Amino acid sequence: MALLAVSLLPAQTTLNSLSSVVNVVAPEKVVLKRGASQAVEFTIQVKTGYHVNSNKPEDEYLIPLRFTFTGGESPVQVGEIEYPKPSMEKLAFSTKPVSVFQGDIRTKALFKAGPNVPPGVSAVQGKLRYQACNDRMCLPPRTLDVKIPVEIRN
Amino acid sequence: MLWSYAPNLAVGAAGPEAKKKAPPKKMAPAFTLKDSDGKTVNLSDYKGKVVLINFWATWCGPCKIEIPWFIDFETRYKSKGFAVLGIAMDDEGWEVVKPYLAKNKINYRILGGNEKLAESWGGVESLPTTFIVAKDGSIYKQHVGLVSKDDYEKDIRKLLDGAAGGIATAGANHP
Repeated sequence: MALLAVSLLPAQTTLNSLSSVVNVVAPEKVVLKRGASQAVEFTIQVKTGYHVNSNKPEDEYLIPLRFTFTGGESPVQVGEIEYPKPSMEKLAFSTKPVSVFQGDIRTKALFKAGPNVPPGVSAVQGKLRYQACNDRMCLPPRTLDVKIPVEIRN
Repeated sequence: MLWSYAPNLAVGAAGPEAKKKAPPKKMAPAFTLKDSDGKTVNLSDYKGKVVLINFWATWCGPCKIEIPWFIDFETRYKSKGFAVLGIAMDDEGWEVVKPYLAKNKINYRILGGNEKLAESWGGVESLPTTFIVAKDGSIYKQHVGLVSKDDYEKDIRKLLDGAAGGIATAGANHP
Protein backbone atom coordinates (compact mmCIF):
# COMPACT_ATOMS: atom_id res chain seq x y z
CA MET A 1 0.00 0.00 0.00
CA ALA A 2 1.40 3.36 -0.97
CA LEU A 3 1.87 5.69 1.91
CA LEU A 4 1.60 9.18 0.55
CA ALA A 5 1.91 11.77 3.23
CA VAL A 6 0.52 15.07 2.10
CA SER A 7 0.80 17.51 4.94
CA LEU A 8 0.17 17.67 8.61
CA LEU A 9 -0.37 21.11 10.02
CA PRO A 10 2.09 21.82 12.84
CA ALA A 11 -0.37 23.37 15.27
CA GLN A 12 -1.75 20.96 17.83
CA THR A 13 -4.62 21.03 20.22
CA THR A 14 -5.08 19.46 23.64
CA LEU A 15 -8.39 17.72 24.04
CA ASN A 16 -10.26 16.87 27.19
CA SER A 17 -7.79 18.54 29.48
CA LEU A 18 -10.13 19.21 32.39
CA SER A 19 -9.53 17.35 35.63
CA SER A 20 -8.48 14.13 33.97
CA VAL A 21 -5.08 12.57 34.58
CA VAL A 22 -5.01 11.68 30.88
CA ASN A 23 -5.05 14.04 27.89
CA VAL A 24 -4.89 13.41 24.18
CA VAL A 25 -2.83 15.73 22.00
CA ALA A 26 -3.95 15.47 18.41
CA PRO A 27 -3.18 17.36 15.19
CA GLU A 28 -5.34 20.44 14.79
CA LYS A 29 -6.11 19.36 11.25
CA VAL A 30 -5.04 16.64 8.85
CA VAL A 31 -4.77 17.38 5.15
CA LEU A 32 -4.97 14.38 2.88
CA LYS A 33 -4.93 13.90 -0.87
CA ARG A 34 -7.59 11.78 -2.51
CA GLY A 35 -6.35 8.23 -2.80
CA ALA A 36 -3.61 8.81 -0.22
CA SER A 37 -2.87 7.47 3.24
CA GLN A 38 -1.12 9.13 6.12
CA ALA A 39 0.01 8.02 9.55
CA VAL A 40 -1.42 10.47 12.07
CA GLU A 41 0.19 10.71 15.49
CA PHE A 42 -1.71 11.12 18.72
CA THR A 43 0.10 11.67 21.99
CA ILE A 44 -1.65 10.38 25.07
CA GLN A 45 -0.29 12.24 28.08
CA VAL A 46 -0.48 10.55 31.48
CA LYS A 47 0.00 12.70 34.54
CA THR A 48 3.21 12.10 36.49
CA GLY A 49 2.74 9.51 39.21
CA TYR A 50 -0.02 7.72 37.32
CA HIS A 51 -0.04 4.94 34.77
CA VAL A 52 -2.63 3.46 32.46
CA ASN A 53 -2.92 -0.19 31.56
CA SER A 54 -1.32 -0.92 28.20
CA ASN A 55 -3.31 -2.06 25.19
CA LYS A 56 -2.41 -5.62 26.22
CA PRO A 57 -2.44 -5.66 30.03
CA GLU A 58 -2.05 -9.46 30.31
CA ASP A 59 -4.68 -9.72 33.02
CA GLU A 60 -8.25 -10.57 32.16
CA TYR A 61 -9.63 -8.14 34.73
CA LEU A 62 -7.60 -5.09 33.77
CA ILE A 63 -9.08 -2.60 31.33
CA PRO A 64 -6.83 -2.11 28.30
CA LEU A 65 -6.03 1.24 26.72
CA ARG A 66 -7.99 1.34 23.49
CA PHE A 67 -8.23 3.91 20.74
CA THR A 68 -11.14 3.41 18.40
CA PHE A 69 -12.20 5.51 15.45
CA THR A 70 -15.73 5.44 14.16
CA GLY A 71 -15.13 7.72 11.23
CA GLY A 72 -18.23 9.73 12.10
CA GLU A 73 -19.60 11.48 9.06
CA SER A 74 -16.15 11.52 7.49
CA PRO A 75 -15.43 9.38 4.40
CA VAL A 76 -11.87 8.93 5.70
CA GLN A 77 -11.04 5.37 6.71
CA VAL A 78 -8.90 4.79 9.79
CA GLY A 79 -6.71 1.70 9.90
CA GLU A 80 -5.20 -0.20 12.78
CA ILE A 81 -3.76 1.77 15.69
CA GLU A 82 -0.05 1.44 16.37
CA TYR A 83 0.84 1.56 20.08
CA PRO A 84 4.35 1.86 21.51
CA LYS A 85 5.92 -0.96 23.47
CA PRO A 86 4.58 -0.93 27.03
CA SER A 87 6.79 -1.18 30.08
CA MET A 88 6.52 -3.96 32.61
CA GLU A 89 6.37 -2.28 36.00
CA LYS A 90 6.41 -3.84 39.42
CA LEU A 91 4.00 -1.62 41.28
CA ALA A 92 3.57 -1.27 45.03
CA PHE A 93 0.31 -3.19 44.86
CA SER A 94 1.21 -5.81 42.28
CA THR A 95 2.64 -9.23 42.99
CA LYS A 96 4.01 -9.46 39.44
CA PRO A 97 5.01 -6.86 36.82
CA VAL A 98 2.11 -5.13 35.10
CA SER A 99 2.07 -4.00 31.47
CA VAL A 100 1.53 -0.24 31.60
CA PHE A 101 2.11 3.06 29.84
CA GLN A 102 3.40 6.15 31.64
CA GLY A 103 4.25 9.69 30.55
CA ASP A 104 3.74 10.48 26.87
CA ILE A 105 2.36 7.61 24.81
CA ARG A 106 2.83 8.15 21.07
CA THR A 107 0.25 6.28 19.04
CA LYS A 108 -0.32 6.31 15.31
CA ALA A 109 -3.39 5.74 13.22
CA LEU A 110 -3.43 5.35 9.44
CA PHE A 111 -5.89 7.75 7.82
CA LYS A 112 -6.86 6.85 4.28
CA ALA A 113 -8.90 8.75 1.71
CA GLY A 114 -10.25 6.64 -1.13
CA PRO A 115 -9.71 7.79 -4.74
CA ASN A 116 -13.37 8.65 -5.14
CA VAL A 117 -13.77 10.65 -1.96
CA PRO A 118 -14.99 14.17 -2.73
CA PRO A 119 -12.78 17.10 -1.66
CA GLY A 120 -13.81 18.95 1.46
CA VAL A 121 -13.49 19.04 5.22
CA SER A 122 -15.01 16.46 7.55
CA ALA A 123 -14.32 15.26 11.07
CA VAL A 124 -12.98 11.87 12.05
CA GLN A 125 -14.23 10.88 15.48
CA GLY A 126 -12.46 8.66 17.91
CA LYS A 127 -12.68 7.46 21.47
CA LEU A 128 -9.92 6.68 23.91
CA ARG A 129 -10.86 4.22 26.62
CA TYR A 130 -8.45 3.98 29.52
CA GLN A 131 -8.16 3.20 33.18
CA ALA A 132 -5.56 4.96 35.31
CA CYS A 133 -4.02 4.17 38.68
CA ASN A 134 -1.19 5.35 40.85
CA ASP A 135 0.58 3.03 43.27
CA ARG A 136 -2.14 3.35 45.92
CA MET A 137 -5.46 3.76 44.13
CA CYS A 138 -7.27 3.56 40.83
CA LEU A 139 -9.58 5.97 39.08
CA PRO A 140 -12.70 4.71 37.31
CA PRO A 141 -12.37 3.85 33.62
CA ARG A 142 -13.04 6.80 31.37
CA THR A 143 -13.60 7.48 27.71
CA LEU A 144 -12.27 10.61 26.03
CA ASP A 145 -13.75 11.84 22.77
CA VAL A 146 -11.34 12.88 20.04
CA LYS A 147 -12.42 14.79 16.94
CA ILE A 148 -9.98 15.49 14.12
CA PRO A 149 -10.90 17.71 11.16
CA VAL A 150 -9.62 16.19 7.92
CA GLU A 151 -9.41 18.12 4.69
CA ILE A 152 -9.44 16.10 1.49
CA ARG A 153 -7.78 17.78 -1.47
CA ASN A 154 -7.50 16.86 -5.12
CA MET B 1 -17.91 6.74 34.42
CA LEU B 2 -17.60 9.25 37.25
CA TRP B 3 -18.98 8.26 40.57
CA SER B 4 -18.99 11.74 42.01
CA TYR B 5 -16.67 14.54 42.76
CA ALA B 6 -18.42 15.65 45.92
CA PRO B 7 -16.15 16.54 48.81
CA ASN B 8 -15.17 13.93 51.35
CA LEU B 9 -17.40 13.37 54.32
CA ALA B 10 -15.23 15.13 56.81
CA VAL B 11 -11.67 15.43 57.89
CA GLY B 12 -10.61 14.45 61.36
CA ALA B 13 -9.14 17.37 63.22
CA ALA B 14 -5.54 17.15 64.36
CA GLY B 15 -3.41 18.84 66.97
CA PRO B 16 -4.10 19.98 70.53
CA GLU B 17 -7.43 21.62 69.67
CA ALA B 18 -8.75 18.35 68.33
CA LYS B 19 -8.23 16.65 71.66
CA LYS B 20 -10.50 19.14 73.33
CA LYS B 21 -13.42 18.59 71.00
CA ALA B 22 -14.19 15.41 69.08
CA PRO B 23 -15.35 15.93 65.51
CA PRO B 24 -19.08 15.51 65.03
CA LYS B 25 -20.46 12.09 64.26
CA LYS B 26 -21.63 11.39 60.76
CA MET B 27 -24.08 8.58 60.42
CA ALA B 28 -23.49 6.07 57.64
CA PRO B 29 -25.98 6.68 54.81
CA ALA B 30 -28.63 3.97 54.58
CA PHE B 31 -28.71 1.73 51.54
CA THR B 32 -30.61 -1.18 50.11
CA LEU B 33 -28.66 -3.27 47.62
CA LYS B 34 -28.62 -6.76 46.15
CA ASP B 35 -25.86 -9.17 47.07
CA SER B 36 -24.23 -11.70 44.75
CA ASP B 37 -26.95 -14.24 45.60
CA GLY B 38 -29.67 -11.77 44.65
CA LYS B 39 -30.70 -11.19 48.26
CA THR B 40 -31.70 -7.73 49.42
CA VAL B 41 -29.33 -6.21 51.94
CA ASN B 42 -30.00 -3.13 54.05
CA LEU B 43 -27.23 -1.47 55.97
CA SER B 44 -29.66 -1.36 58.89
CA ASP B 45 -29.46 -5.19 58.98
CA TYR B 46 -26.03 -4.66 60.50
CA LYS B 47 -27.10 -2.35 63.31
CA GLY B 48 -25.05 -3.00 66.43
CA LYS B 49 -22.11 -4.41 64.46
CA VAL B 50 -18.80 -2.94 63.38
CA VAL B 51 -18.91 -2.91 59.58
CA LEU B 52 -16.09 -2.41 57.11
CA ILE B 53 -17.56 -1.15 53.85
CA ASN B 54 -15.16 -1.45 50.94
CA PHE B 55 -15.83 0.11 47.53
CA TRP B 56 -13.80 -1.88 45.00
CA ALA B 57 -13.78 -3.23 41.43
CA THR B 58 -12.29 -6.22 39.66
CA TRP B 59 -10.07 -3.92 37.56
CA CYS B 60 -8.58 -2.19 40.62
CA GLY B 61 -5.08 -3.48 41.42
CA PRO B 62 -4.73 -2.00 44.94
CA CYS B 63 -8.16 -3.41 45.86
CA LYS B 64 -6.86 -6.90 45.19
CA ILE B 65 -4.17 -6.49 47.83
CA GLU B 66 -6.80 -5.73 50.46
CA ILE B 67 -9.21 -8.56 49.67
CA PRO B 68 -7.20 -11.30 51.45
CA TRP B 69 -7.03 -9.03 54.50
CA PHE B 70 -10.78 -8.63 54.52
CA ILE B 71 -11.24 -12.38 54.13
CA ASP B 72 -9.04 -12.79 57.21
CA PHE B 73 -10.95 -10.14 59.20
CA GLU B 74 -14.27 -11.75 58.32
CA THR B 75 -12.97 -15.12 59.49
CA ARG B 76 -11.53 -13.89 62.77
CA TYR B 77 -13.99 -11.21 63.85
CA LYS B 78 -17.36 -12.26 62.45
CA SER B 79 -18.36 -14.01 65.66
CA LYS B 80 -17.40 -10.90 67.65
CA GLY B 81 -19.91 -8.62 65.93
CA PHE B 82 -18.02 -7.59 62.82
CA ALA B 83 -18.80 -7.81 59.11
CA VAL B 84 -17.20 -6.84 55.84
CA LEU B 85 -19.40 -5.59 53.02
CA GLY B 86 -17.70 -5.27 49.65
CA ILE B 87 -19.41 -2.96 47.18
CA ALA B 88 -18.44 -3.84 43.62
CA MET B 89 -18.35 -0.81 41.31
CA ASP B 90 -17.77 -2.62 38.01
CA ASP B 91 -19.86 -1.16 35.20
CA GLU B 92 -20.40 -4.66 33.83
CA GLY B 93 -21.96 -5.81 37.10
CA TRP B 94 -22.29 -9.43 38.19
CA GLU B 95 -21.17 -10.75 34.82
CA VAL B 96 -17.58 -9.93 35.74
CA VAL B 97 -17.88 -9.81 39.52
CA LYS B 98 -19.31 -13.28 40.19
CA PRO B 99 -16.49 -15.20 38.44
CA TYR B 100 -14.00 -13.09 40.38
CA LEU B 101 -15.68 -13.93 43.70
CA ALA B 102 -15.60 -17.63 42.91
CA LYS B 103 -11.98 -17.54 41.81
CA ASN B 104 -10.80 -15.66 44.90
CA LYS B 105 -12.97 -17.51 47.44
CA ILE B 106 -14.30 -14.31 48.97
CA ASN B 107 -16.09 -15.19 52.21
CA TYR B 108 -17.77 -11.87 52.92
CA ARG B 109 -20.85 -10.36 51.37
CA ILE B 110 -20.48 -8.54 48.08
CA LEU B 111 -23.10 -6.02 47.01
CA GLY B 112 -23.65 -4.45 43.62
CA GLY B 113 -22.82 -0.74 43.79
CA ASN B 114 -23.84 2.15 41.61
CA GLU B 115 -23.15 5.82 41.07
CA LYS B 116 -26.08 6.98 43.18
CA LEU B 117 -24.86 4.96 46.14
CA ALA B 118 -21.33 6.35 45.77
CA GLU B 119 -22.72 9.87 45.76
CA SER B 120 -24.76 9.21 48.87
CA TRP B 121 -21.54 8.21 50.63
CA GLY B 122 -20.03 11.60 49.95
CA GLY B 123 -18.42 10.80 46.63
CA VAL B 124 -16.24 7.82 45.88
CA GLU B 125 -13.67 9.29 43.54
CA SER B 126 -11.20 6.45 43.45
CA LEU B 127 -10.79 2.85 44.54
CA PRO B 128 -10.31 1.37 46.99
CA THR B 129 -12.33 3.58 49.30
CA THR B 130 -13.22 2.04 52.62
CA PHE B 131 -15.44 3.18 55.45
CA ILE B 132 -15.38 1.74 58.93
CA VAL B 133 -18.76 2.01 60.60
CA ALA B 134 -19.09 1.83 64.37
CA LYS B 135 -21.72 -0.13 66.29
CA ASP B 136 -23.88 2.97 66.63
CA GLY B 137 -24.00 3.37 62.83
CA SER B 138 -21.62 6.32 62.69
CA ILE B 139 -18.71 6.49 60.29
CA TYR B 140 -15.58 6.03 62.35
CA LYS B 141 -13.05 6.35 59.55
CA GLN B 142 -12.73 6.70 55.78
CA HIS B 143 -9.67 5.39 53.95
CA VAL B 144 -9.01 6.48 50.39
CA GLY B 145 -6.49 4.31 48.59
CA LEU B 146 -4.44 1.41 49.82
CA VAL B 147 -3.58 1.48 53.52
CA SER B 148 -1.98 -1.14 55.72
CA LYS B 149 -3.70 -4.19 57.14
CA ASP B 150 -2.60 -3.04 60.60
CA ASP B 151 -4.41 0.27 60.22
CA TYR B 152 -7.66 -1.52 59.52
CA GLU B 153 -7.18 -4.06 62.24
CA LYS B 154 -6.42 -1.47 64.93
CA ASP B 155 -9.66 0.32 64.11
CA ILE B 156 -11.70 -2.87 64.04
CA ARG B 157 -10.39 -4.03 67.39
CA LYS B 158 -10.85 -0.61 68.93
CA LEU B 159 -14.45 -0.44 67.78
CA LEU B 160 -15.23 -3.99 68.84
CA ASP B 161 -13.91 -3.00 72.25
CA GLY B 162 -16.44 -0.21 72.38
CA ALA B 163 -15.02 3.00 70.89
CA ALA B 164 -17.40 4.97 68.71
CA GLY B 165 -17.89 8.31 67.08
CA GLY B 166 -15.95 10.91 65.17
CA ILE B 167 -14.81 10.80 61.61
CA ALA B 168 -11.37 10.76 60.19
CA THR B 169 -10.33 10.68 56.60
CA ALA B 170 -7.08 9.10 55.62
CA GLY B 171 -5.28 7.94 52.53
CA ALA B 172 -3.88 9.06 49.26
CA ASN B 173 -4.47 12.42 47.65
CA HIS B 174 -6.79 12.70 44.69
CA PRO B 175 -5.66 14.10 41.36
